[in-house]
Amino acid sequence: MKQLLVLGAGSGGTMVANRMRRRLGADWMITVVDPAALHLYQPGLLFLPFGANDEAAMLRPRRRTLSSGVAWIEGGVTAVDPLHRSVKLHDGQNLTYDFLVVASGARLRFDMTPGLDDGRARGDVHDFYSLEGAQALRTALAGFGGGRLVVNVVEMPIKCPVAPLEFLFLADAFFTRRGMRDKVELVYATPLDSAFTRPLCAKHMQHLLAQKGIALEREFAAGEVDAEHKLLRSYDQRELAYDLLVSIPTHSGAAFVEDSGLGNELAFLPTHKQTLQVEGQERLFALGDATALPSSKAGSVAHFQAEVLETNLLEAIAGRAPKPEFDGHANCFVETGHGKAMLIDFNYDVDPLPGRYPIAGLGPFSLLSESRMNHLGKLAFRWLYWNGLLPGRPIPVSARLSMSGKRLEFASPSASQTQGS
Amino acid sequence: MVSEAVATPMPTRDVDGFLCDSAQWTPALAEALAREVGMTLTPEHWQVLTFCREDFARQGVSPGVRRVAQLSGIDMKALYRLFPKGPGKLAAKLAGIPKPKSCL
Repeated sequence: MKQLLVLGAGSGGTMVANRMRRRLGADWMITVVDPAALHLYQPGLLFLPFGANDEAAMLRPRRRTLSSGVAWIEGGVTAVDPLHRSVKLHDGQNLTYDFLVVASGARLRFDMTPGLDDGRARGDVHDFYSLEGAQALRTALAGFGGGRLVVNVVEMPIKCPVAPLEFLFLADAFFTRRGMRDKVELVYATPLDSAFTRPLCAKHMQHLLAQKGIALEREFAAGEVDAEHKLLRSYDQRELAYDLLVSIPTHSGAAFVEDSGLGNELAFLPTHKQTLQVEGQERLFALGDATALPSSKAGSVAHFQAEVLETNLLEAIAGRAPKPEFDGHANCFVETGHGKAMLIDFNYDVDPLPGRYPIAGLGPFSLLSESRMNHLGKLAFRWLYWNGLLPGRPIPVSARLSMSGKRLEFASPSASQTQGS
Repeated sequence: MVSEAVATPMPTRDVDGFLCDSAQWTPALAEALAREVGMTLTPEHWQVLTFCREDFARQGVSPGVRRVAQLSGIDMKALYRLFPKGPGKLAAKLAGIPKPKSCL
C-alpha cells in the first residue's frame, strides 16, 4: 500500500486530501495528521468581536470535513525526516510516506514581542486571529467606554493581510452604531510604508481610512509593549499609547518545520513559486500558510494551490516533473462596514484592478469598489466553504487569475510591490 | 562635489532609488548612496551591507529585515539605529540589491 501523508487539516490540507482521494486508487492510502478535533472557519473570526455569536456555524468536527476514504490521526508532528521518508509524531509513532504534503499553517507568536503576553494577561491587549482571542475581544469591545484603540501588525507576513483594515472599518461602524464614535480614536500602526502591499489597492484603502477618520502610522515596526504604561514602542523608539491594543502578532510556521531544519527564518517552507514543490525535496509539497511563498496567506490562495497540487502530485506519482501552474492568484472580500464590502482579485504579477467578477460586465461582484452585493458574497461564502471548497468539488472560479472583466487601463506596466521595513 | 561625482558615476536606478543592476555596485558607490541620505557608513553598517550582498548572491532574493537581524550578527534594535525607519529597504538600497519583497 502506498501512502500520501498530509500534515495539517486546515483549509489547504483538507482540500488536498479530499481531492486526491477521488484521483488515487485503492492502492493508495491517504492519511492526514492534525491535533485539533474541530475545523475552524477562520473568515468568521472577523465578525465575532463586533457581536456576532455564530461560533456553532464556524466549527465542524474534523471527521466530517474529511472524506470517508481519508484516515485522520489526531496528533501533533515532532519532525519530518525526508531522507528516510518518515514523520515522527508526538506520541512516538513513526509514519512513512511515498509523498508528503505540508499544510501545517501559521502560528501566532505573541511570545516573539516582549510585553505582548503581559498586556494580554492584563486584559488591554487582544487579538482576533484565534477563536478564544476573538471571543475575549467581543467582551472587551462591548465594555469599551472610549479612548484610543490601536490595531497593530507586528510584522509581515500575516494571514489575511486585509483583515486588520477590515477590523478597523468594522470598528468604525460598530462605534458609530453605538453612538460613541466621537469617544474613540482609531489608529492603524503598520510596518508597511502604506496601508496595503499593492499600490493601487493601498490608495483605495488609504482613502477609506481617511474617510472614516482612522489614523495611519506607517513604517511602525513594533519592538515591544510596555504593558504597565500601555505603550506600544517601535524599534526606532516611537511610542504609541493605547487604551486597547488589537495585536496581529508575528506569524511563524509549525515548530516541527523548524525542528526538522526545513524552514526559513520564520519556519515557513521555501517552496517553488509555481510548482509548490518544497525546494530541494523531490517528494515534499507544501501549500497554504505553511509556505514561504510571496503569495497571500489566505483561504482562497490555499484553494487555488490545492488545484495545482492535485495536478502536480499526480505528475510526481507518475514520475513526471511537476507543472509550473500556480500564478499566485488570490481573491479576497474586504469588509468595509455598514453592510458593504470590496472584492480584490490579483496574483504574483497583477495588482488588484477595478472591474467586475467573475463574469465581465455582469459581476455580480464589483472589483476594488464597495457594494452591498460583495458583502452578501462574503456572508454566503461560508456555505460554499463547507459544501464546495473543503470537499474539493469543482466551483466556477478559475485557479489562475483571469483578466476578463478587469479594467486594464489601471494596470501598472510593472507590478511593483511596496514592502515592509 | 564635482570630483566626487566623477569618481563614482551613478548607475541607472529605479523610481525608488534602487540600482537596476546589482553588478554595478561598488563599495565607493555605497558611500555615495549613504551620503545622499545623510549617513556615514561605520564598520557595523558594512557588516550588514556585506551580509545583504552575500545573502542576495546565495539566495537570489534580497533578505527581509528579520533575516538580516537573525543572520548578520546585528540585532533588530541596532538595525533600526543604523538604518533608521526601514532597515530592510535602506540596507538593500545601499548594498545595491533589489528592494526586498514582502509577502501579501
